[in-house]
Amino acid sequence: MIEILASPAFNTIQDIGRHGARRFGVSTSGAMDPVALAAGNALLGNEDGAAGIEIQTFPFRLRFQTDTAFALTGADHDSTLAGSTVRPWWCTQARAGDVLAITAPRRGARVYTTFGGGIDVPRVLGSRSTHLRGGFGGLEGRTLQAGDVVPIGSSSRGSVGRFDFGVAPPDVAIPGAAPADDRGLRLRVMRAGEFDLFSEEMQATFWSTRWKISGQSDRGGFRLTGGKLTLDAPVEMRSHGVVAGVVQVPPAGEPIIQMSDANTAGGYPKMAAVIQADLWRLGQAAPGSFIAFSEVSYQDAVAAMAPVNDYLAKLRATADLYRAL
Amino acid sequence: MRSTSEALLSINQRNAPFVGTIEKTPKISLIGTLAMLVEAPGDFDLVQQGRIWALADAVSTWPNVQEAVIGVTNVMLVFEQPPADIGMLGASIVELWHRVPSRKADGKLIEIPVIYGGELGFDLPAVASRAGLSERDVIRIHSEGEYTVCAVASSPGFGYLHGLDPRIHMPRKSVPSLNMRAGSVTIGGMQTGVAVLTSPNGWNAIGWASVTMFDPQSEQPSLMLPGDRVRFRIDRVEL
Repeated sequence: MIEILASPAFNTIQDIGRHGARRFGVSTSGAMDPVALAAGNALLGNEDGAAGIEIQTFPFRLRFQTDTAFALTGADHDSTLAGSTVRPWWCTQARAGDVLAITAPRRGARVYTTFGGGIDVPRVLGSRSTHLRGGFGGLEGRTLQAGDVVPIGSSSRGSVGRFDFGVAPPDVAIPGAAPADDRGLRLRVMRAGEFDLFSEEMQATFWSTRWKISGQSDRGGFRLTGGKLTLDAPVEMRSHGVVAGVVQVPPAGEPIIQMSDANTAGGYPKMAAVIQADLWRLGQAAPGSFIAFSEVSYQDAVAAMAPVNDYLAKLRATADLYRAL
Repeated sequence: MRSTSEALLSINQRNAPFVGTIEKTPKISLIGTLAMLVEAPGDFDLVQQGRIWALADAVSTWPNVQEAVIGVTNVMLVFEQPPADIGMLGASIVELWHRVPSRKADGKLIEIPVIYGGELGFDLPAVASRAGLSERDVIRIHSEGEYTVCAVASSPGFGYLHGLDPRIHMPRKSVPSLNMRAGSVTIGGMQTGVAVLTSPNGWNAIGWASVTMFDPQSEQPSLMLPGDRVRFRIDRVEL
């Protein structure tokens, strides 16, 4: 068990998401940076589907009620365990009574805490992710607050071996994954259904604009400012399914990128979709930061996942080896 | 016959033609590498919607398809992995589209008892006023209709219902009501529905029903499913 001591707002239990329930109107939820969550689970020998805590407001503090191995991944930040510094992208053994304190990131937006054995809340529709709008999943379908006691699973794999090692974060380990220049984060996208309805001028604006992620952004979606994309003639779209990463353009012209908690349906013209290999990077982009889009083909978008998958596979193999030493 | 495969090879590519808008072939487009949207050609009607249901039923069983997400005369396929041959997949879908018979609205009949008007049906006077009808007439027209669940989307268990009498169409509000109660029976444009969550809502509330529309603990969590039919019954009128 762990006890939450401080959690300002919007910190939730998340796993890799609730897949297969969109047809019931249920959005997937799930970690905004699934690579960080997967890395945290791999460091501890947890299964890929184990849930952790997604922390996006700080300072966050918790107390371990039992000896527990844990890992911190995601945004680059400072933490202390019982007063001593613990590093991000590192797994550590905590003793009963230890307090873990996590402060606001230097870079990036979301920190993930994973625990050996995973968080042991019931699966709802196949997932432990918190569905805030629906009020289910996670801990009673809500955000964490001080005083909450969160159960941790017991796993033979997750509770034995050595826990004091770390790995290089993916934006260091994967070539080209770090923000390359002062224009901010460059994201690879594929064109989507209504791209061709926009004039060449509007398409050029889409590619050349340095978009700012507005303050009105959350796990549901990122609103972008910095340019306007308008259609010569408005189109009426019928409501249809959408997935995270889709870049929709409402009539006012400022694009919205749908994220983990996005509605299952959309009806605005779709300009593009951020590729899977870059969604985790976007999940770490903070409001106020800048992004720009580059076009890739379907084949390149598929191929771009290979370095991400390789990174996680190597990480898991290395961690398994280390724990067994 | 125009070669569909030739057209499909250019999905989402530079200067892609609008596949199918000319000759009644669905428009197929990708949303990234893990989702494909198939949109029926032509105007909305229940025959096209029925073909979408049938298509969704069939493709749900295909390997690598995690689920088929039905929309209003469209369906989005979500994949486990990026498909190896996207052109071939698109061609198979077009071929199936032309072959599959439209499914009738052959689902279950759901009867929903409604308390019309009153505190939770606070927009009933506005709907009546716009329609130039009495509130009782609005209630009669709404409760005499039979509605079809086209799709379940937007909120958990929220059914897009077709079949609202045009006399009581009512545009959505430009400023949503802040805390509309779950169970509110609403009219939004040419659609009617039952709000599943208590939340801001731009539709017009004409009544309220104490029906559990969604139960996340159930394996089949949504009361309404595409192809179901819905009738609203007058439980009580509060004018």
